[in-house]
Amino acid sequence: MASLVSHPDEVKVVSKRFGMGATNIDRYCELDGYTALQKALEMQPDAIINEVKNSGLRGRGGAGFNTGLKWSFVPKQSAKPKYILCNGDESEPGTCKDRLIFEHDPHAVIEGVVIAGLAVGAHAGYIYVRGEYRYLLEIMQKAIDGAYARGFVGKNVLGSGYNFDVYWHGGAGAYEVGEESALMESLEGKRGIPRIRPPFPAVVGLWGGPTVINNVETLASVPHIINGGAEWFAKLGTPKNGGTRLFCLSGHLNRPGVYELPMGYNLKKMIYDVGGGIPNGRKLKAVVPGGSSCPLLTADEIDLPMDFDSLAKAGSMLGSGGLVAVDDTTCMVKFALRIMKFYRHESCGWCIPCREGTDWLEKTLKRFHSGGGIEKDIDNIQYLSENMLGRTFCPLGDAAALPTISIVKKFRKEFEDHLEGRPCPFEEHLVSV
Amino acid sequence: MPDVNITVDGKKVTAPTGTLLIEACKTAGIEVPSFCYYPNLSLQGACRMCLVRVEKMPKLQTACTTVITEGMVVATDNDEIHQARKSMVELLLGNHPLDCPVCDAGGECELQDMTFSYGAAESKFIDIKNHREEQQWSPVVYFDRPRCILCYRCVRVCGEGMDVWALGVQNRGVSSIIAPNLEDHLNCEECGMCIDICPVGALTSGAYRYKTRPWEMNHVGTTCTHCGDGCKTTLGVRRSDTGMEIVRGDNRDKSGINGDFLCIKGRYAFDFANHEDRLTQPLIRKNGRLTPSTWEEAFQLIGKKFAEVRDKDGGEAIGVIGSTRTTNEENYLLQKFARVVLRTNNIDHHRTADFPAFAAVLSGKPESTATMRDVFNAPAILLIGNNPTDQHPLLAWQIRNNVRLHGARLYVVNSEPIKLRRQATIFSQIPEGAEARVAAFLGGDDSVLDALVTANSNRESWTGLRETLRGERNLVIIFGSEIRGDAVSVLMKFGGAIGAKFVCLGDYANSRGAADMGLYPDLLPGYQAVAQSGKFHEGWGDIPNAPGLNLPAMLERAKAGKLKALHVVGANPVGRLGLNPGDFSQTFVVVQDMFLTETAAIADVVLPAANAYEKSGTFTNTCGDLQIIKKAGEVTSVKSDFEMIVRIADAAGFDVSKLVPFSRGSRADMGQSRGAQSGEADQHRVWLEANGLEPKMSPFDPMAILDEIQRLVPGYDVSRINLLAGNDQHTSLSNSGRGAAHDANLIVPANNDLFSSGTLGRYSRTLNSVLENHHKNPAEAEVAAD
Amino acid sequence: MALVVKAFFSMKFSEQFENRFVRMLAHYPTKRSVLVPTLLYAQDETGYLSPEVIHEIAERLELTDLEVENVISYYSMLTKTPRGKYNVQVCTNIACLVRGGEELLDHCKHKLGIRNKGTTADGMFSLEEVECIGACSWAPAVQVNYDFHENLTTERMDEVLDEYRAKN
Ligand SMILES: Cc1cc2nc3c(=O)[nH]c(=O)nc-3n(C[C@H](O)[C@H](O)[C@H](O)COP(=O)(O)O)c2cc1C
Ligand code: SF4
Ligand code: FES
Repeated sequence: MASLVSHPDEVKVVSKRFGMGATNIDRYCELDGYTALQKALEMQPDAIINEVKNSGLRGRGGAGFNTGLKWSFVPKQSAKPKYILCNGDESEPGTCKDRLIFEHDPHAVIEGVVIAGLAVGAHAGYIYVRGEYRYLLEIMQKAIDGAYARGFVGKNVLGSGYNFDVYWHGGAGAYEVGEESALMESLEGKRGIPRIRPPFPAVVGLWGGPTVINNVETLASVPHIINGGAEWFAKLGTPKNGGTRLFCLSGHLNRPGVYELPMGYNLKKMIYDVGGGIPNGRKLKAVVPGGSSCPLLTADEIDLPMDFDSLAKAGSMLGSGGLVAVDDTTCMVKFALRIMKFYRHESCGWCIPCREGTDWLEKTLKRFHSGGGIEKDIDNIQYLSENMLGRTFCPLGDAAALPTISIVKKFRKEFEDHLEGRPCPFEEHLVSV
Repeated sequence: MPDVNITVDGKKVTAPTGTLLIEACKTAGIEVPSFCYYPNLSLQGACRMCLVRVEKMPKLQTACTTVITEGMVVATDNDEIHQARKSMVELLLGNHPLDCPVCDAGGECELQDMTFSYGAAESKFIDIKNHREEQQWSPVVYFDRPRCILCYRCVRVCGEGMDVWALGVQNRGVSSIIAPNLEDHLNCEECGMCIDICPVGALTSGAYRYKTRPWEMNHVGTTCTHCGDGCKTTLGVRRSDTGMEIVRGDNRDKSGINGDFLCIKGRYAFDFANHEDRLTQPLIRKNGRLTPSTWEEAFQLIGKKFAEVRDKDGGEAIGVIGSTRTTNEENYLLQKFARVVLRTNNIDHHRTADFPAFAAVLSGKPESTATMRDVFNAPAILLIGNNPTDQHPLLAWQIRNNVRLHGARLYVVNSEPIKLRRQATIFSQIPEGAEARVAAFLGGDDSVLDALVTANSNRESWTGLRETLRGERNLVIIFGSEIRGDAVSVLMKFGGAIGAKFVCLGDYANSRGAADMGLYPDLLPGYQAVAQSGKFHEGWGDIPNAPGLNLPAMLERAKAGKLKALHVVGANPVGRLGLNPGDFSQTFVVVQDMFLTETAAIADVVLPAANAYEKSGTFTNTCGDLQIIKKAGEVTSVKSDFEMIVRIADAAGFDVSKLVPFSRGSRADMGQSRGAQSGEADQHRVWLEANGLEPKMSPFDPMAILDEIQRLVPGYDVSRINLLAGNDQHTSLSNSGRGAAHDANLIVPANNDLFSSGTLGRYSRTLNSVLENHHKNPAEAEVAAD
Repeated sequence: MALVVKAFFSMKFSEQFENRFVRMLAHYPTKRSVLVPTLLYAQDETGYLSPEVIHEIAERLELTDLEVENVISYYSMLTKTPRGKYNVQVCTNIACLVRGGEELLDHCKHKLGIRNKGTTADGMFSLEEVECIGACSWAPAVQVNYDFHENLTTERMDEVLDEYRAKN
């Protein structure tokens, strides 16, 4: 339903079947569908893992951990059943790619899940989809039914003697549930409170069994790696950052949309060329490079390759690939407030720093933005964020603190401009709080 | 388990594999602060107070969730850590109301302490704090939401510890809130554990809130007076017009057999002591009406009358009924008084378990009674009959948590689907009244098998259970009053063959003590037959050597007009056993009690008595654990049963130094009127004696009788110093007498549940209001939470 | 009192719900795993999660009512109070914010005459400001019940509301 875009620089791997009717299993098979599965069935589990490891595929959910390496942590022997859990909770502000994959290429996800299952010796996979994406239910269910009917999943997959079941599971509205251990809690019918780690999911996960958790895009990349080979995939990107990524371009851009570009594609180019630049002749002020959890970059920090390592070096993160560009009409205090409002709303409330910190910060930013700020608040915002950092129960606390710290640091002047009852200098553009 | 070596703040620390870092630090004397960590409850890692630096780890780590590994190097205090903790406190205080001056927890608040320790007093927060009104969740539980710091201790102790699951967490983020199970009120066992475990003043007790400040109280560690389990409880007392008033019961002292546990009765039901119906003056029946009198008049009248009946009609014309709630010393004294002064063996009490049969089996065998602590540690437990959740709350806690924390196997045989079935490895439901047959079956009698089969258990499951039990080593067998008479020996023979230990469940706080101290017409202390007074003979002189009358027989004799006098101490047979008051019309009845009970109402003389919270002595719980009770509250106008018995003996013309071996000539005040300090004086006395110094003791000092008990009652020769220090001491039945066969029908279970406590309970406002509340909101069918 | 009602009231769900429920139970090793989706499906049919629905689901999954409520209150899509027939969910998170999400929300407030989380008197619409709904590249976006409406302007928003009103 969401409209598709394209750009000549795109390298279509994961998105190659978008808009081609691949929800239909016959069409999917015509477009090389399930050939990777057949190939994988002939491979040793370790060979699959190595292939994925060497492809340089890194998690597309946010943390960017090497996928093959993650799979290799799953114990070979386990008294409890092992599981594959596909993370389709996609709720990171700025991110809207997994939705497209489900919508246009659901079988690729299923195929990826089954291959992951083969690699680690699991016999069931769950595809968790955020509750808001209800319209995908029919598409996914039809795809799963089709895959069962054709023997790609179920008992004795393609006559291999291997059994593998795939299920769809719907959420009900909670960002935190995207965090891997909260995701498992949610799937088990509980509140989405993260679990204490260690033990990590690869060892003790769903219902106590070893569990591989991967993002939708990550798993949808897997069949392509098996088909195209690790080397081909790795070469698409930069060293240690294999393949392509679905970049979700949004915000003040002339041509927002989801584009598949090679890892390491230049950010500046992404904004001005792929995204069509800033509308109405305005100037770029800042960029959220990979979803709202990442530290912001200013307009003069964007000449860099978009891969995990380069962004880390630049003091930010590639995250989930959600790029939000904002122009010079944007009030950064307001922007920081909106981000904090989100994290306050989505904090699970389990640990003190995140629960209290997000509340306190939202209150302060709100008061500040509406003209009630005092000098001390600016340092206080910084102090509170820094004291949340690295001390929360799960990374949500960091996700709330990092962009805030970066905004205060990089746009301190805008905070000072709000002081002592002064009205928001940008107010004409952003009407209500 | 092999040990692991770590370094904490430069100190070498060794602890067993699997130890949590926070615990390992504790063993090295390094206190790592925490709110959410609580021993024996599931780990949370939520409060982030316990952050420490573990070498090679990129971030600070929570000591409460980190399991130590060999060679781990840890720093628990440096600037970085201090700042982390300080900021946690600051963040908490952002929304925490600063109403410490009126908060019940003020002065006993972990958040206050942390604020003090980490110097987070400067307030950076200038926005409006989130607020919600306080809620009353039950007659005894109040919740002040803004004070809650969400450590989830209450939720866990209720669910994991109590298996009640009445508390949950609702909403998320800063809106997260602890919620009770019925919208805005609680339906639960009202144990109050949530209140005790709350580190701040979010959960407060209806019985205590706004009554006093913690530092205005004296705290007295004593033993609960409500059931046979004998929890250690701390009573907070404060001066009042009439002496010392108990204002709070809680569980500060976790060294007792109950660890963290107290049930509703132990925690709140001390309030009978302040009930307005409490008797404060001796009453003598004059012209058919009970009329206030002086103590002197009352004692003289009773002494004269008792002596008269004894001398004219003989001791057989006098009956004595003792108590299951008076101390061992008082019970011992009472039966000695009956036998030596009144010269009668007509003495009995409300029996709720067949302890004589129990003792008979154990006599001459190696010690095989289980302690209350054993029940928490045993690898396997067989429970036949009873419903401990209601009748023995502590025992139920021990069983439940043994299963939860140690993986003990629990086998439950019951005619009802009692709550403990949820912890059971095997639950066998039997037809009502079939407990004795279970004993027979276990003992090898297969002819009863058909009678045990129910919808939930077939023949195979029964033989399977027996086989499983036979394979259990170190089994603890616990049985209720359903097992009595011959069934006791049959069951214990089965258990004996596999080396099991036993617990025989009696209902009241000192039921076991009453039995051990010989409140039987045919048994002396230690279950020795009256005809074989042996050791007692030396000290007591001659006593009547034929068994006396039991309670029903006394009643018969009263009906026939031949029971001329009846002395009832701390018992209410008319009310509890449903006797006909008219049957005592020709008997001179003396009652020592706190209230005008059904029995006191027919008395000729009523003496106002102190309760167990107002005197010193010892109790023996149902397992045989001997514990000290200490004087906490005080009502100046009443006397202890001990003193009253001595005074009556004196008034009857008896040389009381033959009754209580106190030292001649000295009448030192050894503390019976010194409020909360009395226990110390008693200890002082023992200390003197142990050191060969001249003892100064009053004839009203129960410690004098404890000397005699320790000397003469088999199994009671426990460490005196340990006992007085407040440690439970297990008594042994190995050397007790062989008891005697008793009519099993004499056992009448108290049938108390969580919210009732015999006659005492009727005078507890708290218990009554909780009962009323539960009638208004009947519990829904219980459902297991996973 | 609600308790008494609970004991006698037995919920009726659609056949589709029942079929899906039975099918889902077979997908997981524990019963309670179906809880979150089941609650949402139930809410789709009953509009909101009443004490009766909660009790019914709790019984089926062998949970306490409290446990179910704990879960409900965690998830923002689940509600214990009735909403309008069409729940208009306006995203104002960053991507939408900078493309007019808040103006859309204000517009809806005026147009419908209700506040955030309010419901129109006729029960037709309710309004909710929501967090990112995964439509950032097509911002500003609104979800009405489960339908996405993207690249909106205030004019387009009016049309959308009118379409729903006409549907009724
Ligand atoms: C607060 C929070 C929210 C998250 N949300 C998502 C999400 O919506 N989708 C996702 O794939 N990963 C999300 N993650 C990352 C997951 O925890 C996990 O790292 C990821 O699913 C692993 O898959 P990957 O290795 O393929 O990226 C989130 C993490 C955090 C801390
Ligand atoms: S379990 Fe028994 S001894 Fe313990 S507090 Fe309750 S009534 Fe008192
Ligand atoms: S005690 Fe460790 S996090 Fe609370």
